[in-house]
Amino acid sequence: MFLFRLLLKNAFRHRLRTILTMVGLVVAICAFGLLRTIIDAWYAGVEGTSSVRLVTRNSISLTFPLPLNYAERLRNVEGVTGVSWSNWFGGVYITERNFFPQFAVEPASYLALYPEYILSDEEKKAFILDRQGCIVGRKLAEQYGWKIGDQIPLRGTIYPGTWTFTLRGIWDGADAKTDESQMLFHWQYLTETTKKRLKRSTDFVGVYIVRINEPDNAPLISERIDQQFKNSLAETLTETEKAFQLGFVSMSEAILVAVNAVSYVIIIIIMAVMANTMSMTARERLAEYATLKALGFSPSFVVKLLFGESLVIALIGGGAGMLLTLPIAAGFAKAVGTLFPVFVVSETTMALQVLACLVVGVVAAAWPAWKMSRIDIVNGLMHVA
Amino acid sequence: MKAIPLSYVARNLWVRRVTTLLTAGGMALVVFVFTVVLMMSEGIRATLVATGQADNILVLRKGSGAEINSGIGRDQAAIIESLPGIATARDGRVMLSKEPVVLNNLPKRSNGKPSNVTVRGTSEIGLELRPQVKIIEGRMFRPGTSEIIAGKAVAQGFRGTGLGETLHFAQRDWVVVGIFDSGKTGFDSELWGDSDQMMAAFRRNAYSTIVFRLSDQSAIEAVKRGIDLDPRLQIDAKPEIQFYAEQSEALATFIRILGLSLSIIFSIGAIVGAMITMFAAVAQRVGEIGTLRALGFRRNAILIAFLMESLLLSLVGGLIGLFAASWMQTVDISTTNFQTFSELAFQFKMSPEIIVKSVLFSLSMGFIGGFIPAWRASRKKIVDCLRES
Repeated sequence: MFLFRLLLKNAFRHRLRTILTMVGLVVAICAFGLLRTIIDAWYAGVEGTSSVRLVTRNSISLTFPLPLNYAERLRNVEGVTGVSWSNWFGGVYITERNFFPQFAVEPASYLALYPEYILSDEEKKAFILDRQGCIVGRKLAEQYGWKIGDQIPLRGTIYPGTWTFTLRGIWDGADAKTDESQMLFHWQYLTETTKKRLKRSTDFVGVYIVRINEPDNAPLISERIDQQFKNSLAETLTETEKAFQLGFVSMSEAILVAVNAVSYVIIIIIMAVMANTMSMTARERLAEYATLKALGFSPSFVVKLLFGESLVIALIGGGAGMLLTLPIAAGFAKAVGTLFPVFVVSETTMALQVLACLVVGVVAAAWPAWKMSRIDIVNGLMHVA
Repeated sequence: MKAIPLSYVARNLWVRRVTTLLTAGGMALVVFVFTVVLMMSEGIRATLVATGQADNILVLRKGSGAEINSGIGRDQAAIIESLPGIATARDGRVMLSKEPVVLNNLPKRSNGKPSNVTVRGTSEIGLELRPQVKIIEGRMFRPGTSEIIAGKAVAQGFRGTGLGETLHFAQRDWVVVGIFDSGKTGFDSELWGDSDQMMAAFRRNAYSTIVFRLSDQSAIEAVKRGIDLDPRLQIDAKPEIQFYAEQSEALATFIRILGLSLSIIFSIGAIVGAMITMFAAVAQRVGEIGTLRALGFRRNAILIAFLMESLLLSLVGGLIGLFAASWMQTVDISTTNFQTFSELAFQFKMSPEIIVKSVLFSLSMGFIGGFIPAWRASRKKIVDCLRES
């Protein structure tokens, strides 16, 4: 207890400097937490996947469609317990800035495959019955203030023309990982309208979503599906929903790597600032440490003092930074809206923040402590005179 | 007013080498990140802007915005071909290329992870329309065959795209017979093959884009008006250079905003570091300050001396950061451009403007960090200073 009070007193002897250092720490730890959360948010689509869902797409790339008649053949594959499909719509709501994902889906079978989208029975029924109806996630509805019954106009970039949908339901996610920033509407409506406008066959599907009986069978069933369509006009590539989502994330890997690197650079910068503070502290107290040594305290006591002081500063500053992370993350999530479907500070992030504080505290004290443990008593005392 | 010589300022920094280096090091890191971000968005912009030729016009379906979303039927293509004002080559062919553009998901050489590569169907004329594209290995694909040529960045980055290798897609084997260099433009990230073969293989009846050259540069407005007035044509025509500049916008802006907000957060840390250092410098030299004042130096001279010290400190940090960042020019990176959804290889690019911005940024950190300590130093009373020491 005595030692702790001494450390605290020491730490605040040079109040202005200590407070400045702590401000730096608050900013660094906060930024570190925020960046880690951004990376987590990037992977949110991956976290929200189910292990009993497979995604079947055209093997050339996602931009190539699959024929509608594959649905029946997929249903007959052994181990498949449900099939649905969706098309990426790529519409623009008012201006390009309001980006959110829209999918044309086969409503009844799609909702059956996604039990995590929680809708009341009336909403579900109203959506399935209205061919121009759509449903959206809670977050998206709140972002634009939509209420059930609202008309939502979209300008198509892939499917030309203006499309208007009536909002029939708002789903809540079963847990925090569920995406609540999408919009779903009827595939039938999309394809029939396109057929009328472009006067050509549009019985094509973007991707098939397939439910399987047993997660362990995923590789086997994927293999069976792809074999089915081998050497056909549209060869397929089937993978678990997780692998499918990871494919998207890895496309922007360069940016993720950069953000990740930056989050550690912040810690290094604050280490330099802290080390600076500690080396100044040590230099100023040269005489004091020499006196302690002369009184018979061991060099290790001096070292303990320095490390202790450094850790006290790091933990107080870092702790404040951690507390600040939560409200700032909440504000950030609000500001970016639907850009990140899920934005939550995870426990791992908080643990890493604590670890970062400890590392900063220890590293910053290392060099001054090493130097102080080796000072010559006579030399040190000479400074007093 | 007599100023305190700069050599005194510089010597002070040198005396406390470790502290100086730690502070400057922190600042160098901040400036490094700041500079690299600017270089990155500049690199993306430079790559895509250079991809377009000033005298080429590019045509897309109305409102589609990107090549892969676009579709121009054969009938519309025929109308465009007959528009007045399109240049003709010496042998009488129209300088116009009808191109299907598709994305192909290929695994990367480094880790096997797939990413989208743009596959473009083109022709002899398409090559002529892009004079920056040169075959550096192998030869051009023969029209009417399943031969393709690969951009330099693709050939290096993706499996099965090297010279002599084979790719299998759309029920065919495609042999890579040549590697082309387009002088660090977006085409380096593409695969090119015969337009008609691509249309047949992918069973498409609509082209993605049409590129043509104008016989007369000034005719551009007339051609655009002609297109807008023709009810059969639902298309957007714009200079190729403008199209590619627009393609870079989202990614470059995203990187710039992300980078600048990070730099601001970082700089708080660095400013705090500078402030701590300067406060300590002032505290250590109270006696000196008193002596200088007693010798007749004015308050402002003291203020300027300490401010100069801080600015010099940040300049050292800034230059170290800039120097480190300049090495990034040797690194090639590639990422998915989410506007086109396809892979884009580019380089970090330094420009005089970036150098000026980075130096100003580091100096402003030094100024903000050093002003309060310097001001405090200049306000001290001579008597107090001399007594304290």
